[in-house]
Parts: sequence; C-alpha cells; structure tokens
Amino acid sequence: MPLLSQSSGRRLVAGIPLLWLLLLFLVPFLIVFRISFSEVRLAIPPYTPLLSWHHGTPSLELHASAYAFLFTDPLYLSSYLYSLKVAAVSTLCCLALGYPMAYAIARSGAATRPVLLMLIVLPFWTSFLLRVYSWIGLLKNNGVINNVLLYLGVIHQPLALLQTDFAVYVGIVYSYLPFMILPLYTNLEKHDLTLLEAAADLGARPLRAFLAITLPQSLPGILAGSLLVFIPAVGEYVIPTLLGRTDQLMIGRVLSDEFFENRDWPVASAVAILVLLLLVVPIILFQRIERRELEAHT
Amino acid sequence: MNDMSALPTENSPATPAGADRDAAYVRISHVTKKFGDFVAVDDVSLDIRRGEIFCLLGGSGSGKTTLLRLLAGFERPTAGSIYIDGVDMGAIPPYERPVNMMFQSYALFPHMSVEKNVAFGLEQEGVERASVRRQVGEILDIVKMAGLGARKPHQLSGGQRQRVALARALVKRPKLLLLDEPLAALDKKLREHTQFELLNIQQRLGVTFIVVTHDQEEAMTLGQRLGVMNRGRIAQVGTPSDIYESPATRFVADFIGSVNMFEGHVREERAAGLRLEVGELGCVVRAERAVSCASGATVWAAIRPEKINISRQPPPAGAAENAVAGTVREIAYMGDMSIYLVQIASGKMLRVTLPNTARGGERPIAREESVWLSWHGSSPVVLTE
Repeated sequence: MPLLSQSSGRRLVAGIPLLWLLLLFLVPFLIVFRISFSEVRLAIPPYTPLLSWHHGTPSLELHASAYAFLFTDPLYLSSYLYSLKVAAVSTLCCLALGYPMAYAIARSGAATRPVLLMLIVLPFWTSFLLRVYSWIGLLKNNGVINNVLLYLGVIHQPLALLQTDFAVYVGIVYSYLPFMILPLYTNLEKHDLTLLEAAADLGARPLRAFLAITLPQSLPGILAGSLLVFIPAVGEYVIPTLLGRTDQLMIGRVLSDEFFENRDWPVASAVAILVLLLLVVPIILFQRIERRELEAHT
Repeated sequence: MNDMSALPTENSPATPAGADRDAAYVRISHVTKKFGDFVAVDDVSLDIRRGEIFCLLGGSGSGKTTLLRLLAGFERPTAGSIYIDGVDMGAIPPYERPVNMMFQSYALFPHMSVEKNVAFGLEQEGVERASVRRQVGEILDIVKMAGLGARKPHQLSGGQRQRVALARALVKRPKLLLLDEPLAALDKKLREHTQFELLNIQQRLGVTFIVVTHDQEEAMTLGQRLGVMNRGRIAQVGTPSDIYESPATRFVADFIGSVNMFEGHVREERAAGLRLEVGELGCVVRAERAVSCASGATVWAAIRPEKINISRQPPPAGAAENAVAGTVREIAYMGDMSIYLVQIASGKMLRVTLPNTARGGERPIAREESVWLSWHGSSPVVLTE
C-alpha cells in the first residue's frame, strides 16, 4: 500500500500554502484586528483584554475609541491621502518609464532579451535598504548630483533634493520599476505581431495600430504592474523615512510611530486595519485580473 | 488560356498603367529578397492580370510567402521593383497600398467583435459611421456571417473565423486580395465547400486574387493560372493543365502529382518527336513531343501513373517501344482507383493507377503477377532540366 493515497497527497500539497496563509496571515490579522478594538493601558501587553470578569461572569470589552481617534486627528487623514497620492504618482511614473522599456525588451532579439531582463532583475542582488541609502548620497546637499551641477556651473546654490516629495518619488520609482516592467513584459512578449501587420494592411499607421491593437491587449499587464507598484507603495515605510519629508508622513511611518514611539497599540492596529481596507479593493481587482488571464490561457 | 503572356515576361517593356485590359495588373520585376545570406526570393519576374486568380504554389521555404509579403509591403525587396496598377510600390508602406491580405492565421483582433474587426479598415479611412455600418452589414451578408457580428473571434468556429477574415480583407473593396494558405486551417469537407465559395465571391466582386498555397489540389481548383516556386525562383507559370500535362522541369513534374521519371539519351530526333534510349527502363521511349535537344544529350522522360496501361498480355506492337514487362509488387486500393507498384527487370518500381470502373467483373490483377506496362506516344514528357 502506498504511504499516501492520491487524494491525501493532493490535499497535502494544497494544504501547505493554506497552512502558511492561515498561520502567517490570517492569525496575525485577527490579532491586529482584535487589538484595534481595545484601549491602551500601561501594562504588558499594553492594551485592555478582550474579556473581563465581573463577579464571575465574563463580559466582552470592545472599544471603538482607536477608530474614533483616527477621525478626530487630521494627521491620520492627511497621511492616508498623502500615501495614496504618492503611490498613485509613483505608479504613473513607473508606467510611463516601464511601458517603453518592457516594449523594447519584448521586441528585442532573442539573444539580447535575456540580457536585458537580467539587467532589470540585477538590482535585487543588492540589499534594498542599501540601495535606498545610496540615494541619500546622490541627493543630499553635498551629494553627487549637487556637486556635479555646482562644478558644471549649472547652479550656484545646492538644490534641496533630499527630504522632498521628489526624493520619495525617485526612491519608489527606482525601487518598484521592475515590478512594473516584468508583468508588462510577460504580456507584451505574448502578443501576436501578425495582428499589427493586419492592422497596417487595413490602413492603420503604426501609432494607430499601437493604440488600437497593442495598448488594449496589454491592459491586463498594465493593471497587474500598476497594482504590484501601487499596493506596496501605499504602505511604504523605508523610502519615505530615509528620503522623504519630515513634515508630512506616509501612513506606513505613522503606523510604526504609533507602535514604537507612542506605544499605542490599539491606534496602530486601527491604522493597519484601515490601510488594509484601503488596499483590499485593488487587491481583489488584481486577483480577478489574474484569474481572467489564467482562464484566457487555458 | 494558353497564350504566351502566361510565361514570365523577362524582356517585355513596361507598359503604362491601364493601357489595355490584358496588361499586367501586378508586375513583379526582377525582385530579389535576401535575409542575411539566405536568398528567399531570387530574381523573380511575374505578371498578374486584372481579375484573375493566380496561385503561387510551392513547398515550405520556396519563397512563396515572402513574395506575398513583398506584395503586401511587410518586406522590402533587396532588388527589383513591384508595380500595382502601374504604380511603383517601392516607397509605399503597407498601410497605403491598394492591397488587402487574408492571413494564414486569420489575424483577427481578439479583443474586438466581428463587426469591429470588419469595420477596422473602413474606420482607418475615416468613412462616416452610418456608411461603415452599411458596408460591414453587406460584406457580412456576402460571407454568410450576418447575425454573428457581435461575437468575439474566440466564440467562432474555424470556418466562421475564416469568413470573418475574408470579410475584413474584402470590406475595403481592394482591387488585389492576397490570400496566404486560405484553406489550410479548415478540415477537408469545409475546405471543398469554401473553395467554391471563394471562387464565387471573387467573380462577384471582380477582385484579383493572389493565393499562396502548398496544396497542389487547392491550387489546381482555385487558380486560373499557377506559378510553381522552387528555391526562391519561379519554376513554371501556366494554367493547371499546362503545368500538369507539360511540366517544364523535373521539379515541377515531380511536385505536381506523382510521376515516373527515367533518365535517358536522345537517340533520334524528328519533327514528330524523339526516341529515347532509356537504360533503366530496358526499352525505347517514343515521345511525340517537339523538344529541341542534341542527339545523344541526357534528358528525362516523365510518365504520369494514370497514363500507363497495365495488362496481362504483351502489347500487339511488340515490346520494342513504349512497353515493358514487370511484376506487381504492391496494390493499394483507394476506392475510386487502385495504385499498382510494378517492378521491372532493372529493379526500378513504376507507379501505375487505374480507375476502378467496373464493380466485380473480370479477375483483377493480383500481387506478384507478371504484367505488361505500355503507354501511348503522347504520354511521356521529355525534360531537359
């Protein structure tokens, strides 16, 4: 008799990722969700318990005060909106830069294509943190960019590049560009080029053919790439902390400050839950597109 | 259909556009196309008349598809020029040529409905919307796809997709339609049906068709004239019967239909024909064909399998000429006809086909039986190259 019957083997294979998600996503989420409905207190752990005992009978203690607090202090709303704006602008910049690059790679010769793809992936071989740090060296007042421009006489005063929105955009676009390029490349590479010939044959000039044939067919790639950039960019913590403004925080930074500076776990958890709600819509969208792509190819 | 203009016009002077109806509508003049070191099309000259169906027939790599792509403008010739209706196409990009193409893969736009696919060409010209809708409706009617306009290509069968591709290519009423293996993706039944429909539509709309195919049967039934291509060159141009009955080269004789081919030497040349000494046949071949070649020259005799008689009795004229004895080695019953493989004294196999005209009847020839093969003097074709 085999050690595992076929169906139990199949169940095992499907069960491992399920267990993974359960332990490392759902359970932590539930813990955070539960903390967000408690109140802060000076104890270990620093929040009120879920159940309290009064004269031998348990009573459920749920507080919405953390959420209420988020709506009273404008800091949170402005951080949310700022995060959305930064993520949206960065996504558009990634798309504007990434589409032509993905297109060029998809249309390049079979010999150069792996080399170009390798160059896109190459930065991942260096630590993310290190790469973001090195942007400080480029952008700071006596950094590489300012020194070169001063030396060339283009400017006479160093430009304030670091700790600006611009620096955050540069950092995010630089870091997330591969996540835009790769899904776009995967999409564009599959395109049937005879369709463009057919369009030309029917009288469409190259730009018209691109707009009518290539662009609509690459929409799934555009959406996949955009969501892969937008979703992590909203919650980005490292880049705005190292390169960004000090007077306007992104929501990821607010969250970490609530946890580690203010030690207000309930508010921090409420911030996290709202970030998640904010991202659930694009995540669901992303999964629907992925499923449709998958169905289209089977 | 057997006039001399059917031959490649090597030295004929270029006639001005539309000078007369029989003048070339498409003129391909000394066109060569190289991809690196590979010569895909090698100095091809060809005239195609207005309103005819011309089939380019050849194996894979013969250059037929490249020639079609040169006409559509997807490739630029390395040398030579192409004229359509007297206009040099040299600098004209595909989107400005008065030509439409039906692609082998159909190349329907997958994200557009049938109607949108067909309307695409008209929309590029800025035709007003009401007129687009009317013309799309008309052409979908012609290809019998009315009522399916809202479907997407993936919701259609192979035959329906083929019709949409045809409608899309015809909606702009091109004077010249290029068809790349138009029936290759269809199954046999649908193919025969579609073939006749294509002919019907071509006549109705008066379009000039240039069809590329590797299928000789398709070329024979569809084409009014054929151009057989081999290694980038045009091996022969002519009507289907010209090419079948009077192939110009061994390649053409072998490519179109099946043939028994023998190497021989010219023994005697007369006005009425030639006598060939054919060693591997063991008999003299008399061919009633005028072929100019020196006595003693090496030539090839080609005899079609259906033009050979098979019999148990020796021919009355004796065995000296156009007859040879052999043994039946293999019989393939095909229903409408049977194929006999007959081995002669030299060991060579001859292919003979006989129609199965009678049912039952006399005792059929069996395997391992000794037979006589004979043929008429008009049957052998003498080839010098």
